[in-house]
Amino acid sequence: MRVSRRYRFCASHRLRAAALPESDNARIYGKCSNPHGHGHDYLLEVSAEGPVDCFTGRVLNLASLDVLVRRAVLETFDHRNLNLEIPEFSEAPPTSENLARLIWRRLVEDWGQVFPAGPRLARIRLEETRRNSFEIMEEE
Amino acid sequence: MFITRRVEFSAAHVCRRPELSEEENRAIYGEAASPHGHGHNWVVEVTLEGEPDPVTGMVFDLKALKQILWREVVEPLDHRFLNYEVPPFDEVVPTAENLAREIWRRVAPHVSGPGRRLYAVRVYETEDFYVDCRGEAT
Repeated sequence: MRVSRRYRFCASHRLRAAALPESDNARIYGKCSNPHGHGHDYLLEVSAEGPVDCFTGRVLNLASLDVLVRRAVLETFDHRNLNLEIPEFSEAPPTSENLARLIWRRLVEDWGQVFPAGPRLARIRLEETRRNSFEIMEEE
Repeated sequence: MFITRRVEFSAAHVCRRPELSEEENRAIYGEAASPHGHGHNWVVEVTLEGEPDPVTGMVFDLKALKQILWREVVEPLDHRFLNYEVPPFDEVVPTAENLAREIWRRVAPHVSGPGRRLYAVRVYETEDFYVDCRGEAT
């Protein structure tokens, strides 16, 4: 059984690849490269997969998942400027592809401590706006 | 091809194991263990997998699916207190996981047939929490 929970955070960013000249950044990213940046209400969906415990009727303890996601993701990214406050984005552009990968890595790092006996982290889906979403599944 | 139909119902539940203490129940179920119960507007999405019939162009008659979901899900569950009024939840904790499994059990026999099967039951307990059941045993 797969259980999915949604979380929200707000952050600003500017799409800019440090390796490229400004003219290329403007051409590639368009208004997303506006020098002063802009922001989004990100929506993060985290899915875990495992058997239903026959005593509790649960796949996982939701409070533990909430603590994990708050610590690994929300406290780091909520109300931050991704370019200026997240070291991984000092050079690399904070696209939602790169942000989803970073979130996935951070969740994987903490997952085993919080859920040593399972369930597995199966998938994340990051919505940058209601019109754009980015998904990573296990074994990718 | 996958086809999905959505139904909604409103029902109360409480997630507790009688053999556990108040603290233990709160640790496992959080607010959902609140003893007098609470309610949700549950949303259920039932997905069938199959090939469209070459003559009718349909995987499954949606009118029939609507009636099955009404009879097996909405009618027995809507405006009920699951623990007190809907077996097996007098004994099984009515978590979203167990509810999805029960809906699978109720719906699967009526939609399976040559070239088509029940593929998934998704149950939204709230907008921010949902479960996907892909079989009674999973």
